[in-house]
Amino acid sequence: MARPQRYASWFHERREPSAEPGSAGREPKEARDVSPQPLESLKGFGVTLKQVFKKPITQQYPEYKRPVYPRFRGRHRLWRFENGLEKCVGCSLCAAACPADCIRVVPAENTADHRISAGERYARIYEINLSRCIFCGYCELACPFDAITLEQEFELSEYSRDDLIYTKDMLLAEPVKRVPVADPDLYDTPIPAYKTDA
Amino acid sequence: MEPWWISLPKAFIVINLVLLMFAYLTWVERKVIGRMQRRYGPNRAGPFGLLQPIADLVKLIRKESFVPTAGIDVLYIGAPVLSAFTALAAFAVIPFGPGWEVLDYHIDGYIANVSISLMLLFALGSVGIYGFIVGGWASESKYSLLGSMRTCAQLVSYEVSLALSVLGIVLMAQSLSLVDIVATQDGDWWFVLPQAVGFVVFLIAGTAETNRAPFDLPEAETELVAGYHTEYSGMRWGLFQMAEYVNLILLSALATTLFLGGWHGPWDDWFGPLWFLLKVAVMIFLFIWLRTTLPRLRYDQLMRFGWKVLLPVATANAVVTAALVLAL
Repeated sequence: MARPQRYASWFHERREPSAEPGSAGREPKEARDVSPQPLESLKGFGVTLKQVFKKPITQQYPEYKRPVYPRFRGRHRLWRFENGLEKCVGCSLCAAACPADCIRVVPAENTADHRISAGERYARIYEINLSRCIFCGYCELACPFDAITLEQEFELSEYSRDDLIYTKDMLLAEPVKRVPVADPDLYDTPIPAYKTDA
Repeated sequence: MEPWWISLPKAFIVINLVLLMFAYLTWVERKVIGRMQRRYGPNRAGPFGLLQPIADLVKLIRKESFVPTAGIDVLYIGAPVLSAFTALAAFAVIPFGPGWEVLDYHIDGYIANVSISLMLLFALGSVGIYGFIVGGWASESKYSLLGSMRTCAQLVSYEVSLALSVLGIVLMAQSLSLVDIVATQDGDWWFVLPQAVGFVVFLIAGTAETNRAPFDLPEAETELVAGYHTEYSGMRWGLFQMAEYVNLILLSALATTLFLGGWHGPWDDWFGPLWFLLKVAVMIFLFIWLRTTLPRLRYDQLMRFGWKVLLPVATANAVVTAALVLAL
């Protein structure tokens, strides 16, 4: 009895695709040995035990502070000229550039007897909400007067959220230098990798 | 039989020592695992982090202890109590010393000498499993239910191999009482040498019994949130942790008693408890080492291993031991 034909007529004559250009990667893979190796697992115990006798590579933070690179984006700082006038003219380009929308600039006119900045106007209110800031540095890039830069202070913890809104006086003040800054001429990479002495 | 006014303070001391050991076992484990991973363990709370268990204890007590709305109160609260109770009660039959004569009173080296103490231990372990089942189920949460079902299936499977692995010991010592088993190892070879296969099976089944790595899938955080103790917080979760760690100490103590000669030491049996603690410490280090090194087994791999590999090996060990004991 003729068996009903289940396959196409050419099915039994077909060949695997040969090694033509464009068929790279179709070589038959060698069978890998995936049988369990319990004795090899015992070597793992030796590895873990050996690590006990090596010095841990953790850097203990308050005792050892890893040097930051000079372009590290930490707390913001507003700058003054040599004669005491503020560089910031309240143009709010930084506030416009900020992705997190955390800068508040309220400008006011410079009068003859009350001159704060070098231009026509100054920033009467300048506040940065550090709990919203993502420290991206766009405000620094956007400022046409180099009035705001990001310095290297990052230890900014406070006990209440209100204390994290930095006003103009706080931003004008020089940041506390508690963390060493790596000398860029000394290293190829900015930060020494695993410094073992404190 | 010693008078009750010796047994009671002794039990009090033993329970407190076990609880202290549990607290500082968490410290030891975190430090040792840290060192094996080339980092410091906790070293901020107190010198060398020694106050870390106290800090954890205060934290757990201060946490809000809630009951899930849909949960069943009595069962939910009773489950960790049951597990912790059975874990602690098992220490009543573990012998830790030879017995001392003090001012013509005799102080035994154990709290209770029951003639079937080994069976009592396994019975208590099985009742402790009820704590895990009930705890996960009464939480009325999918993760808890699945976790507790997995845990209990795992524990029940490996319980069989655990019991069979000590059968060889029972045959050789001709007694189920732990005190007699330790006495048989006095002067003779410790049972770890003739029963080496039983020892290995005991260790593996014991790791699975106490939900320790590499068999800790039911409580791995990445898998089922936290398994049967997902819905527990504060001291109730602390009780589950206590049950787990006290079970680990119990397992080490049991391994020492059955296989490593109990409280016998190289010199002066009067210092029995010291040798006992040393051996228990070595066993605990072994379990911590195991946890650091091996990756977790998947659940089906776990069950397959328990039934298809461990059980036949344990059975074969028991049969061969029985044959040899009859022949010799």
